[in-house]
Amino acid sequence: MNIHEYQAKELFEKYGVATPKGIVASSAEEAAAAAATIGGTGLVVKAQVHAGGRGKGTFKNGFKGGVHVINTAEEAKDIAAKMLGQTLVTHQTGPEGKLVSKVLIAKSVDITKEYYFAVLFDRGTSSHAIIASTEGGMNIEDVAANTPEKIIKEFVHPTIGLQPYQCRKIAAELGFRGPLMNQAVKIFTALFNLYLKTDCAMVEVNPLALTTDNQLVALDAKFGFDDNALYRHPEIVAMRDKSEEDPREVAASEFNLNYIGLDGNIACLVNGAGLAMSTMDIIKLHGGEPANFLDVGGGATKEQVTAAFKIILGDPNVKGILVNIFGGIMDCQIIADGIIAAAKEVSLSIPLVVRLEGNNVEAGKATLAASGLAITSAEGLTDAAQKIVDAVNAA
Amino acid sequence: MAILVTPETRILVQGITGDFGSRHAKASLDYGTQLVAGVTPGKGGQTFEHGSHKVPVYDTVSEAARQSGATVAVIFVPPPFAADAILEGVNAGMDLVVAITEGIPINDMIKVKAAMAGSKTRLIGPNCPGLVTPGLGEKSHGGCRIGIAPGYIHKRGNIGVVSRSGTLTYEAVWQLTTRGYGQSTCVGIGGDPVNGTNHLDILKMFNEDPETEGIIMIGEIGGNAETEAARWAKDHCKKPIAGFIAGATAPPGRRMGHAGAIVGGEEDTAQAKKKILAECGIAVADSPADMAKALLQLMGKL
Repeated sequence: MNIHEYQAKELFEKYGVATPKGIVASSAEEAAAAAATIGGTGLVVKAQVHAGGRGKGTFKNGFKGGVHVINTAEEAKDIAAKMLGQTLVTHQTGPEGKLVSKVLIAKSVDITKEYYFAVLFDRGTSSHAIIASTEGGMNIEDVAANTPEKIIKEFVHPTIGLQPYQCRKIAAELGFRGPLMNQAVKIFTALFNLYLKTDCAMVEVNPLALTTDNQLVALDAKFGFDDNALYRHPEIVAMRDKSEEDPREVAASEFNLNYIGLDGNIACLVNGAGLAMSTMDIIKLHGGEPANFLDVGGGATKEQVTAAFKIILGDPNVKGILVNIFGGIMDCQIIADGIIAAAKEVSLSIPLVVRLEGNNVEAGKATLAASGLAITSAEGLTDAAQKIVDAVNAA
Repeated sequence: MAILVTPETRILVQGITGDFGSRHAKASLDYGTQLVAGVTPGKGGQTFEHGSHKVPVYDTVSEAARQSGATVAVIFVPPPFAADAILEGVNAGMDLVVAITEGIPINDMIKVKAAMAGSKTRLIGPNCPGLVTPGLGEKSHGGCRIGIAPGYIHKRGNIGVVSRSGTLTYEAVWQLTTRGYGQSTCVGIGGDPVNGTNHLDILKMFNEDPETEGIIMIGEIGGNAETEAARWAKDHCKKPIAGFIAGATAPPGRRMGHAGAIVGGEEDTAQAKKKILAECGIAVADSPADMAKALLQLMGKL
């Protein structure tokens, strides 16, 4: 899950990471009050959506820019009124854009130089790593590819955590000397604590800014949370904004289905993540394009299959469905009953190919054949992929 | 011989009275596995009954191991308690701990892995289907089934299978069995980014196992475990290997079900991994339907 910029700021404040003061507002009046509370001139009003490229975005009402500099509470009110309730389109939102329901009012800062600092889970060492660079404000992948010598990498011990000497080492390499070194140690330590205590998989601060008055502040951040650990962080779960997510993925998560929408027209419904990925691959191999990844997990109950069919059919691009279940322990008869019930409930009208394997498979296939529904049975993976690709091409 | 476990291996189940654990304990008993003890804190002294089987339940793994002679623990406890359960198995001196549990927080596993350094215990998983060394009976009955794999799809034989995923492993096993080729041992190492045993560890064991004559290695997008194993195999593995990498159509940056299945950089993609596997002499199946076929062709059996 992702969080909004104002929520990232809340986390920064809670964990003592220096960041310019900001207040979130849901109405033009709140925006004016926020600007007055922060005070002074040189404030920014920022539309709160999960997508990047806000500054260069355009609202569907014609208003340009999701980030504006303002100097008075009156201006804050005026700009917020033009953003709130409007849809912002940026290069990351797609043409449909994102609805803006909150704006952040923050103090803008004068920057001397921008840096990059991230804490992330490192798969290679089964521990945490710090990545830092003097090349802030840029795409870090590009920096790593073009100027790898400008990437600083420091591995963190899995149980004792980030040590002060490591922070000093990174600070020195970034050129933070004198009083700045202590500031750097403080902000690095705070960011690591935030990362660890909220079970992040990644906290990326880009840029980490050095201001003209020699302060180090975190300006913008991207968070990645470990989904497996969310159960122990209700305060993070509360930050989830479902309106920012693919509605099909939200619906799927409510039924414990793992769904990811893609661009193709052949939907698939599979048990197991590895087999689900492989089913997408074999559709492509036979000339089709998968419309989704969908893992129904080990169970695949009637309720889950029905919910899965509804989600799949909510995608207007879908022209056919491939169900691939390796029953294993499960009884294929029960799976077949689930598929038939689901197909009836959603009045399925596009081609459906079912490949069943495992326990009691003959009974399962017989049940499908006797259902009177237009379900094509397949023998094995290749046959299944070929049949659904042919059916969709013929339609 | 097989690897890791034989039909004689005695196993205990942590979380035997839970819904998930009891269902699979029963399936293992039905398969003829030497499932000799269960552990559920607070339920020590009870008996887990299934048909004619009576399995004693203990409060702690140490007691269960001491009383039953079990050398392998399999874990079915829910994610919040799984890291503790693994460490309890390690502390009890088990040779092997197999963690089936899906959804353990990364930070818990980072600590577990660090805490296990230097111990004699090997961990398989978490988030894995477990492992099977098939038996000689009908539909491989009498084998050692640890975890959640369907036992009957196996057949005792000479092909080793190692994979990160569950159902995709069953697919490969079934392709072998239906062609008349059995398996020495099938190991599901799990789909999480921090795991106890990787592809390379298992390849080394298959390489040393006299019973194993050929290997199917199944991987997926994310990480470099498969390529690391392939590079080792190029110079050291005496046995033919076929491979498959799932996720050729996965979009970058999205987690495909398994916590570890995510394309981060160029090296993480299925295409890059397949290329490296092929360069290392592994017969790479482009289709998941051809995993057994690729190996049998390489072995000159087709």
